[in-house]
Order: sequence, then structure tokens, then C-alpha cells
Amino acid sequence: MRLALAPVPYYWSRERLAAFYEGVAASPVDTVYLGEQVCSRRHEMRLEDWVALGEMLAGQGKEVVLSSQVLVEGEGDLKLVRKLVGNERFRVEANDMGAVRLLAGRAGWVAGPHLNVYNPRTLEMLAELGATRWVAPVEIARDALQGILAERPAGMETEVFGYGRLPLAFSARCFTARRYNLQKEACEFRCGEFPDGMALRSGEGQPFLVLNGIQTQSAQVYCLVEALPALRSLGVDVLRASAHSGNMPEVLRLLHAACDGELAPPDAVRELRPLMPEAPCDGFFHGRPGLEAVALQGAA
Amino acid sequence: MELVCPAGHLPALKAAVDNGADWVYLGLRDNTNARNFNGLNFDDAALAEGVRYAHGRKARVVLALNTYPQAATWSRWTDALRRADDKGVDAIILADPGLMAHAAKHHPRLELHLSVQGSATSYEAINFYHERFGVRRAVLPRVLSLAQVEQVVRKTPVEIEVFGFGGLCVMVEGRCALSGYACGESPNTTGACSPAKAVRWQQVGEDMESRLNGILIDRYGRGERAAYPTLCKGRFEVEGSLYHAIEEPASLNTIELLPQFAAAGVRAVKIEGRQRSAVYVAQVTRAWREAIDACKRNPAAFVPQAAWQATLASHSEGGQQTLGAFSRPWK
Repeated sequence: MRLALAPVPYYWSRERLAAFYEGVAASPVDTVYLGEQVCSRRHEMRLEDWVALGEMLAGQGKEVVLSSQVLVEGEGDLKLVRKLVGNERFRVEANDMGAVRLLAGRAGWVAGPHLNVYNPRTLEMLAELGATRWVAPVEIARDALQGILAERPAGMETEVFGYGRLPLAFSARCFTARRYNLQKEACEFRCGEFPDGMALRSGEGQPFLVLNGIQTQSAQVYCLVEALPALRSLGVDVLRASAHSGNMPEVLRLLHAACDGELAPPDAVRELRPLMPEAPCDGFFHGRPGLEAVALQGAA
Repeated sequence: MELVCPAGHLPALKAAVDNGADWVYLGLRDNTNARNFNGLNFDDAALAEGVRYAHGRKARVVLALNTYPQAATWSRWTDALRRADDKGVDAIILADPGLMAHAAKHHPRLELHLSVQGSATSYEAINFYHERFGVRRAVLPRVLSLAQVEQVVRKTPVEIEVFGFGGLCVMVEGRCALSGYACGESPNTTGACSPAKAVRWQQVGEDMESRLNGILIDRYGRGERAAYPTLCKGRFEVEGSLYHAIEEPASLNTIELLPQFAAAGVRAVKIEGRQRSAVYVAQVTRAWREAIDACKRNPAAFVPQAAWQATLASHSEGGQQTLGAFSRPWK
């Protein structure tokens, strides 16, 4: 199984991103998704900058895909999507049906995890429109995945979110700005101060969610490493990881070794655990509440 | 502008029709719709009676099939389409593209509405569904500003429906797995959010705690008004501060924006609340019917009447109201 890295969900500075992707370039990851998916107010990087980063990564043998924004609200957002879709250098991952409309008829795009593909008929439609890879919704359970893959269209690759904090929800509201009593339109880019988002805990101090601008993530780190044999037998082609701060190149090295079968899943989880910002979970895949650790009990 | 009202059962449907709804929306008794609650929704007999009642009074019926079917249970959704067609339902509200393709092909009589669960927030997305499946109407997620709604209306042939009143999702509908994360049931897959079976109320000394699958959602002191523990409306701790970190318990109420909706070309206003009582449906429908008629007669002079606002306030979550995404600044 190959390994992919999702777009960095946080608002990191150009310098931090440059250093981060140098490390990614030297890691064994196969595919790197780039772009700002969360908030169009974040302006450190323009499309040209992502393409330049993509060139650097492609030069190191990585497959590069540019990801479109998830929540597209107005003409300004649509302009960004059109520009992204119009790039002639790299494949594009569509994350809303507007991007799908703009990509329809082109070959080789990726249907992203936010398109809500829950059954074979929807996947078949995306295949007809030119998608050649799809990323399952993060909450998908094994049975539902199996049901889709049993009727997978020819030439369609499957990618599953398998490591990192889960992108659980998107809103028009910025929860980071809200924390500081700021309006979204005058947010002072406070999300840039939180390289792993802002931790949200229950009133009893239980780590629960992470606020990252308009995005809400899980506090727990989703980890399907124990499920790799099952994913392989279902016919999953790519495992997706999402970045956090800390030693991500080492995380990618361990995940890649586990994907290759060079490192046994329990050993990989044991080595990954100290690198995680919070305890791991894998409930969604097992049809349980997402925050539960089902096959990871020793590590959680 | 048309008024689209909720019905979780036959008495609510009759209340909606009798009080001036142009459309009534409802669901079947299973997970094919996003209000899959115990004791709620319609079986075949109730559906037939509801359609008969509505059609007899010139109201139309739209069936919500707005969850995402999976391979193993696909036939439950296609059966629901057949039942809707057989029983004379006028339109269906769908979110899943695969199911839309099926409906367009096998049930061309049924008018297609794009559910808010389809997460279509731009005219490009809405036009996609129009071109592929002939979608007639789209319900906008509750995330757009009025200017953004206007822009969508200008750039699509699809009729636009917006939420006017009721419970408010602060997340983009169809793009929220918070409930699944906390309790294993999500709107997309099971049609449930923060389900009652995961809720626990607990008296602790003077305080009342609400929990969802064991997670503390809120704690109320004596005399504080407790709200249903919808996950995103709890009090949480962020950076040393305990507050409604995502959203307060409050209901959407956009009645004051009716003239602006009309000027923007909004085709229909939707009232949330299939889980609510027939009394709620009757009173809220009546207030909105009167408001829409008053706005139609003289939009320039439109002022929400105190009586309407009092009625709507009495049915609001936590007794609080908000303009939602139509009003930015947020806090």
C-alpha cells in the first residue's frame, strides 16, 4: 500500500512550511497533497507558491496533487477553485461538487474525502466524470467500504484516511476568532499561533476536539495501522496521513514501513505513540464512536 | 415566496396545512431521513393519508430521503422512492448523487430537491446537480450571508430555499461527523445527531449535568435553563476559558429578513422541526404565513409583528434567537 500526506490543515508560516516539506521530500511518502483547504483568509501561500513547492517535491519523485478548498462560499472562493482547477501542472483533488463540475470530463482527478461517497452508485458517477482516485469519508466503517469496493469502477484507486487528527466538521464561523471575541473578517489570523490547533476539552478536562479556524478536528489521533491487513485485503491502494507538529518525517517513515509490511502493525503503533500529540483512536473503521480505540487498546 | 413546514407525524402535517404551509416535508420511519428519531415519522398508511389531506387543501408534500445510502442497505432508499411515487408525493429531497441518478431515471414524476445535507454552498455546485439530475430546488446550508445567497440566486436556474426558523446547525450540513465521533451515529449515515439514547442527565449536588456518551456537555447551576445536549452547543474549555466554544443553544429566526429574501429572489423559506409538536408546527406556521403575506402586500413597510416574534421566541431553543450566518459579526 502507498502512503499519502494530506494538505497541512493548520496555518503555518511560509518558513515553517518550507522546512516541513524539505523533511517530507526526504521521507519515503509517495504522494503529497498541497494547498489551503480550510480558510481562504489565510494568505501566507498563493497557488504559485504551492506549485513551486510541488515542483520541489516532484523533483524528489513524489506524486503531487493540489487540493481544493472544502467550504466554498462566494465568488472569491470560486475564483480560487477555478485557478486551482486550471493549473496545468498537477492533478487536482475536488472537495466540493462545484470543483467536480469544473473538473468534469477531464481525466485523472481525485475525488476528495469531503464529497460524501458512501455507495457504489455515487463512485460510479464520479468515475464517469473522470475521477481515477477517491478518498473515503473519514467516518466510513469497514462494512460500508467493503460494499463500495465490491463494485469498484475499473481504474479507480481507493485512499483511506488512516493517520492524524480527523477533519470532523467545517463551518462558516471561525471558532479560533470566537475564542478571542474577534470577528472572522478581522480575525488577526490568530490560528497562526496554534501549530496544532486549539485544544478543546470537556468541562472535566477530557481532551475532545481541536479548533482550527472554521474546521473542527478530533483531539484523538486516528490510527488505522492495526487495520492495515484488513485495508489491504479490501483492496485499498493508499493510506492518507495528516500532519501535526513534531517529527512528521519520522511518522511518515514508520507509516511507510507499516504500509510496506516491513514493520508489524503493533510495533509501528508502539513506535508512533510517543510521536502523537494525543492518544490514538480507530472507532469509525470498526463501526463504533470515532473516538474509541478498538484495535489499539494497548496503545490508547 | 413559498412556506415549507415540517411534519414528524400526521397531526403536525394537518397543523401545517391548516395554518398555511405551501409545502409539508416529512420522512419515513427509518434511517432514510435526517430526523430518524423514535416514535417519529410516517408509515405507508400515514403517508397516504397525509398526501390526501395536503392535496385536498392545495398543499404539496415533499419526502426527505436525505441520508447517504450504503451498498448493503441501498434497496431501503430505492424502495422509499417507489413508495413516495406510489403514494402521490410531489417531490423528494435527496443528498446522495447516486440516489439522485436512480430517482431521475426511475421516478421522473417526482420533483427533485437538493437537501441541505448535500452541502452545496455555491452556484457551481448547485448547477452540477441541476445539469446531471434535473434538480429543481436546492436548500442552502445555513452558512451563507445574504449577499452570498443573492449571488447564488442570480447564477442558477434552480429555485433556492433557505432556512427561516428553528434549530440551527452551525456546521456545514452534510460535512459534520461530530456526532459520529462522540456517539457513533451521524447525520450522514444514520440520520441522527446527538441521539437521545446517548444522553444522560445527572444531578450533582445543586447542579445538573448533561452528558453525551459519557462526555460532559454542560453543567447547569440552580435556576439556569438547561438545553438539550446537542454536541456543538455545549460548554467546553479552550485556552483556559469555559464557554460555548462552538455555538450557544439558540434558534434561527430570520423573519425580519423576509423583504430581503424576497428581493434576492429566494423562492421558499423552510421551517425546521420535524421532531417538534403539532402545536409548534401550527403556531410557527401561522406566524410565518402571516409574515410572508404581509411582506408580499407591502415589502417596503414590512415590520415583524410583536405577536409573531413572541410566538417564535416561545418556541426557541434555550429561549434564545440568532440570525445565524445572515448576521456576521458572530460574537
